Amino acid sequence: MAEIQTFILYCSLFVSLFFEVFLLITYLEVREELNLEENYLSKDIQKFPTVTIIVPCFNEERTVANTIRSLLNLDYPKEKLSIIAVDDGSTDGTRRQLARFENHLQVSVLLKENGGKHTALNLALEKVKSELVGCLDADSFVNSDALRKIVPFFDDSSIMAVTPSIKVFEPKSVLQYLQKIEYSWGIFLRQMLSSIGALYVTPGPFSIFRVRVFTELGGYAHGHHTEDLEIALRMQKHRYKIVNSHGAHVYTVAPTSFPALYRQRVRWTYGFLNNAIDYREMFFNKKYGHIGIFILPIAASSIFSTLFIAGNTIWNNLSRAIDASVKFQTVGFSWKLSPPSFDWFFINTGVLPILASSTVMLTLVILYLSIKMADGKVRISRGIFYYLTLYIFIVPLWLAKAVFNTILRRQVNWR
Amino acid sequence: MINSKKYFIAFAITAIIFGTAIFVSNILSQKKLEDVRAIENRVALDILSSETQFALLEETSCRDIGPGFLSKELGSLGEKLTYAENQTGFDNENLEYLKRSYFLLEIKDYLLMKRLATKCGIEPTFILYFYSTKDACENCERMGYVLTALRDKYPDLRVYSFDYHFDVGAINTLVSIYKVKSDLPALIINGLSYYGFHSVEELEEAVPALKEFAARAKALEATATSTAETD
Repeated sequence: MAEIQTFILYCSLFVSLFFEVFLLITYLEVREELNLEENYLSKDIQKFPTVTIIVPCFNEERTVANTIRSLLNLDYPKEKLSIIAVDDGSTDGTRRQLARFENHLQVSVLLKENGGKHTALNLALEKVKSELVGCLDADSFVNSDALRKIVPFFDDSSIMAVTPSIKVFEPKSVLQYLQKIEYSWGIFLRQMLSSIGALYVTPGPFSIFRVRVFTELGGYAHGHHTEDLEIALRMQKHRYKIVNSHGAHVYTVAPTSFPALYRQRVRWTYGFLNNAIDYREMFFNKKYGHIGIFILPIAASSIFSTLFIAGNTIWNNLSRAIDASVKFQTVGFSWKLSPPSFDWFFINTGVLPILASSTVMLTLVILYLSIKMADGKVRISRGIFYYLTLYIFIVPLWLAKAVFNTILRRQVNWR
Repeated sequence: MINSKKYFIAFAITAIIFGTAIFVSNILSQKKLEDVRAIENRVALDILSSETQFALLEETSCRDIGPGFLSKELGSLGEKLTYAENQTGFDNENLEYLKRSYFLLEIKDYLLMKRLATKCGIEPTFILYFYSTKDACENCERMGYVLTALRDKYPDLRVYSFDYHFDVGAINTLVSIYKVKSDLPALIINGLSYYGFHSVEELEEAVPALKEFAARAKALEATATSTAETD
């Protein structure tokens, strides 16, 4: 049993290290291209395509007005940009907030009964007449130059969708600071996945698509409450190209409390697992390139390896705590006045601790590059401290719940 | 379409990191075992020196025996071997050899201690402790904590610990001399056998010399407190 456990641990560490090395090699390959891309994006746009941004809302009275205002402030020709706000049967003051924009030339407001985000998006898609269409969740805001940093990508006729860099809006709580660093990591990861054509999510905040994506592949689906993941996988399955524009910045209000964050992440992980099951034919399938052969399998397996490593760590610490408590019960605390002597002999120099340290070191390197990519410079912040100390303890909680829900739901369905 | 070269490079780098980790870990484990061996050599030399001194005692008096007569490093040697035994990555064959040497050194030290006690009329302060690593010995861990605590409290106390099931002839002889049953943990104190778990207080009762130490420590503490209060 112990041998199997050690073997799984070694495998998990090997895969984690392999993925980190793979990301770093990809970074070294594309960093020149990223600079060239930045120069290209800073040039004036010759032809502005027409764009529609859909804002689906459900009980977003506090943020929706600012979301729409940030869209109206976009540095983009007004006649080329329209906004469709859809109230998906809100029960708060969202409708009242939307009514303030009803007379605005660029904004149209649609009202409907509650049916879920994908139904709100699909209703708006029916009205879209533009060349490009995007979505902006009603808890997010865009930088005024965001669209100008996305539109030039569509000069390449093979590109079907462009995702932005998502940042946390004005973090205040410990969890928001932690998520700020996590989102930086996300920015780096999305850019690397983009460069190998393996993006498997087109996030709700400000991913922009060619309208023909929806006319050819159909509208949004329920996608296990993660319609942005489902549409990206559907596009990848049909070999539609998705890229990322790391210079297009979008800000989102991150959950403040743990229960809200937990619910959000359970939904994301559950959505990923179930969409991965729905699109399982892509796994290890060379036809789909990096996403099929490597990214989807590693993203799915990392959920389980993280849970295994976390379980193992908890078990080790628990048995250490039990040993300490047995010792305390047997002989009590030994109060020694002399300082504890240091002897390197008692430092664990086994293979596993050395490998774990190597993985942590590579993680720190990637974290450095991520923050540099997201913020332009690296500053030691409290977010990094929270991320390094708290994140590993909370992630397994939602991963475990999502896996548990998936197993349970699948069992119910199979009957 | 897929750049498989990148996968090979990533795999090679990962394999190199893994290989380096295994290599470094092995080197460090070997270094640790060399440290243990070096301590064992020093203890052996200490014992040889003490034995020689002891032989000379025939011609001199007990007063010439200094405080460093018995080796001070046996305790830390035992701790290091126990730690190494509980870790993975150590060369088992080497570790077995070092454990064997350790047990023999303990027995030699024990014999020297006994001869010294007889010759100079000193109250022997030692405990023979038999434990087991093979079968489940529920109380061995707790007994180990008690003996470590006792050794910390009374640095002059010598605890000789032996793995009951370790295949060393001299341990078997000790077991048969003291008729130690396999009901572990077992302690031999002043020729008497004690089985099962015993707390620090119980052992302080059982070993008369410890009682003296305890009384002396208490008296010292009381003096220190009254001095502090007077100040």
